[in-house]
Amino acid sequence: MIPEIGHFALILALCIALFQAVIPLAGASLGIQRWVAAAIPATLVQLLFLSLAYASLTWAFINNDFSVLYVARNSNSELPLIYQVSGVWGGHEGSLLLWALVLSLWSGAVALFSPNVPRVMRARVLGVLGLVSCGFLLFIIITSNPFERLIPAAAEGSDLNPLLQDIGMAIHPPMLYIGYVGFSVAFAFSIAALISGQVDSAWARWARPWTNIAWLFLTLGIALGSWWAYYELGWGGWWFWDPVENASFMPWLVGIALMHSLAITEKRGTFKAWTALLAIFAFSLSLLGTFLVRSGVLTSVHAFATDPARGIFILAFLAVVVGGSLVLYAWRAPLLRSAAQTRLLSRDGALLLNNIFLAVATTAILLGTLYPIAIDAMGGKISVGPPYFNLMFLVLTAPLGILIGIGMLIRWKGDDIKRLRGKMQLPAIAVLVVAFLISLALPQWIWSAYLGIVMALWIAVTAAIALFERFRNRKPMSALRSIPSGFYGMLLGHIGIAVFIIGITLTSLYNHEKDLRMAPGDSYSVAGYKFTFHGVQQFRVDNYVATRGEFSVSNESGDFQTSLYPEKRIYQVQKMPMTEAAIDAGFTRDLFIALGEPLGNKGAWAIRIYYKPFIRWIWLGAIIMALGGLFAAGDRRYKRHTTAVAVSAGMEKTG
Amino acid sequence: MIRFAAPLGFFLLLVALLGYGLSLDPKKVPSPLIDKSAPDFSLPMLDAPSRKLAPGDLLGQVWVLNVWASWCISCRAEHAIITQLARENLVTIIGLNYKDQPQDAVNWLQQFGNPYTTSLIDLDGRVGIDWGVYGVPETFIIGADGNIRYKHIGPVTQDSLDNKLLPVIRALLG
Amino acid sequence: MTRFIAIFLVLFMGTAQAVIEAYEFESAQTEAEYNQLIKELRCLVCQNQNLSGSNAELAQDLRRQTYTMLSRGDSPAQVVEYMVARYGDFVIYRPQFKSSTYLLWLGPFLLLIIVLYLVIRKLRGSARPLEVNQGAMAEARNLLLREDDEK
Repeated sequence: MIPEIGHFALILALCIALFQAVIPLAGASLGIQRWVAAAIPATLVQLLFLSLAYASLTWAFINNDFSVLYVARNSNSELPLIYQVSGVWGGHEGSLLLWALVLSLWSGAVALFSPNVPRVMRARVLGVLGLVSCGFLLFIIITSNPFERLIPAAAEGSDLNPLLQDIGMAIHPPMLYIGYVGFSVAFAFSIAALISGQVDSAWARWARPWTNIAWLFLTLGIALGSWWAYYELGWGGWWFWDPVENASFMPWLVGIALMHSLAITEKRGTFKAWTALLAIFAFSLSLLGTFLVRSGVLTSVHAFATDPARGIFILAFLAVVVGGSLVLYAWRAPLLRSAAQTRLLSRDGALLLNNIFLAVATTAILLGTLYPIAIDAMGGKISVGPPYFNLMFLVLTAPLGILIGIGMLIRWKGDDIKRLRGKMQLPAIAVLVVAFLISLALPQWIWSAYLGIVMALWIAVTAAIALFERFRNRKPMSALRSIPSGFYGMLLGHIGIAVFIIGITLTSLYNHEKDLRMAPGDSYSVAGYKFTFHGVQQFRVDNYVATRGEFSVSNESGDFQTSLYPEKRIYQVQKMPMTEAAIDAGFTRDLFIALGEPLGNKGAWAIRIYYKPFIRWIWLGAIIMALGGLFAAGDRRYKRHTTAVAVSAGMEKTG
Repeated sequence: MIRFAAPLGFFLLLVALLGYGLSLDPKKVPSPLIDKSAPDFSLPMLDAPSRKLAPGDLLGQVWVLNVWASWCISCRAEHAIITQLARENLVTIIGLNYKDQPQDAVNWLQQFGNPYTTSLIDLDGRVGIDWGVYGVPETFIIGADGNIRYKHIGPVTQDSLDNKLLPVIRALLG
Repeated sequence: MTRFIAIFLVLFMGTAQAVIEAYEFESAQTEAEYNQLIKELRCLVCQNQNLSGSNAELAQDLRRQTYTMLSRGDSPAQVVEYMVARYGDFVIYRPQFKSSTYLLWLGPFLLLIIVLYLVIRKLRGSARPLEVNQGAMAEARNLLLREDDEK
């Protein structure tokens, strides 16, 4: 009964989404006020019905309703409650429903929290969001109905994939979706601006907070995925450039370019067309990601149940949405000319260069991800993996390490090379020297490590200088009060990158990994730690049976540090063996042990031991960046300015 | 004006590529050994392990190498088709018993029938690697000159037998 | 049928976990070469994993083959050549540099250079000093002087 209600609510949501798409957009272009006013109620009602549909599916999971096919495939009565809840998005159909729900939530937020956006613009934004919703809901209802019945009902479910029975994996998809679905808002704003022919840059100001929030969630989602892969999969890596990982990373990179471009457009009124295009690209990449993951066109560990028929639908949807946007862009963008000039030696110029490097890096990743398809189409077959992506990405983004620092010190509109040099000379020398000293303290000299440390220090130092500049010639308290939240956002974002760079540099270049045979009593030493193996034990938990090994870790002087218990688990239902690595997490290093296979019969096992210096800094950097996004979104200048602009923009255009 | 339409142009190319990509199978790995000479081996026969067979012994005739194993479920599915091909008496069919227990293999053939002139024992899969085998079953067609002319990945279906393998075999037979 | 295969494949995600072999090496360098190679070689039966991260049987076989070849003195390049000769370019995650991959390896750099060139040229080119309409300037000056008088 409940699943039927859910299904019905889903169909109703589609009808309302259709209404939400067509009526406000038509009303905005035809000048019909009542239709324009329908945007907000339509959006909220759609959200209501979609929430109902989602709640129904969750109910089916929690109540073990195995007469629903999707529940039977992804759940089990022994499954802990939290994974019954997260299992809703564990498969293709449910995760799409979540996608649609998140889109609806964003639309609802825009409807409720944009009082300063002129009614007509807001109606257009909600209308565009409604169009996207239509596409998704249509796709779900026609090809991927989560409420499909299984008759006769299964006695028991197939259980959620054990890999997904993990808290990190559970929250990762919602974070990601809030992220790249959130880019639909900036997308909708730029489409609305293009439709209306709005020449000023107010839409950039309105789109900024939404973009910052979407981006910060995407950052967290990607970081969660990376962290999960590290501790769960046991191969010690945290990024594989898998097509689906790339599918989330590309919107992230373009999102950064977009945030910076929105800043220029708002501040200087320039690059309006570029900003609009970047907003279209960011969301297009999100949609492309959805296509890549679910169509089977690329091989990926993350791929959902792949089905070329679904692939065709998504591709058609992609073609319509993105193609339509780009047609609109080609037609209307020439209107968005700016009067102001851009000089290369200015913050404008630096941000432009920043965006160029990010765009080219994104293109390289896209090229690498899709190249195998192109080669396959020509009769060959290749693989493009980490060796390609690591090299290309590093080389194309390395200049940014230095540019970020320059960007924080250089003036808007135009700067003087002498002034700049005067400002940067001393810090640059200091950074080169300190980085050198730090590099000497490391186990061995590696040039790329030195360069990485130089970049990270440079960013940190220039960020500090940028902060101190605000206090120059002012009373401390008044200076503090005058610093907008967005400024802290910028600092945190950049410092996050610096921390991230340190993490990547040190962990990639100074890590140790060893696979070896250990019998009870054997020990192995690396990087000042001694690992001693004490044999294994077996026992049963929840829905699995575990073999647990015991290791004691001591330092060079023999003092006991910690015990580690790596496990091998066999889950009852799917009978899949899973390795649970034991990790001693630390601020400056991780110790990582995984159990392999038993060797011989004297209790010896194949063991993998990793020493990973500063690996946590990678995700710490991501968290700091996300925090930066939060501060940037909370900038109160958005509220103050929008009132004044809203009034004038409202008077300017009513249709 | 062109610069504003350029993104659209690139996008359409992208869509075309992805659309075509939907018709491809990203998991199929084509063999780089096509039109190259068959990798050499010297393997014992399943029915007479003291005797060995090498590709050189089959020079001058068109023959088929079918990779199979008793633990392979899809091999059971294609078995009828391979038997059908054997009955046509067009070519010699040699089985490559891949990473299997010889006794299990013998039992399997007794149970389901033996379409092979003989099967060869590749216990550790080394010969399989030399032939670029990455899954079971796989089927190779080798010409009279000793060069591999065709590789079929996965079970041979009626459709692939009629429309792919037989035409190649007939063409090689002249 | 597709659905069944698809579900089966998704279940196979579970083999997305490393199998650990305790191979012994003559030298630290050989060991490092081995670790590097098994990260760059692809597991052909997996859903996008390298040999290092997979416990599929074929992956174990290929790792053993890599180990054997390196231990008897073959170079990493020879191991790659061996694998590519049998499985094609698909088996190596580092695309070989040849005519079919020029675009892949060089494209982004070419793009960067072209874009930077065009942008810098455009920015330099448009940096013209603003043209001043002398008549309008004179009128503006008069207006301002008159206002001063009126104050």
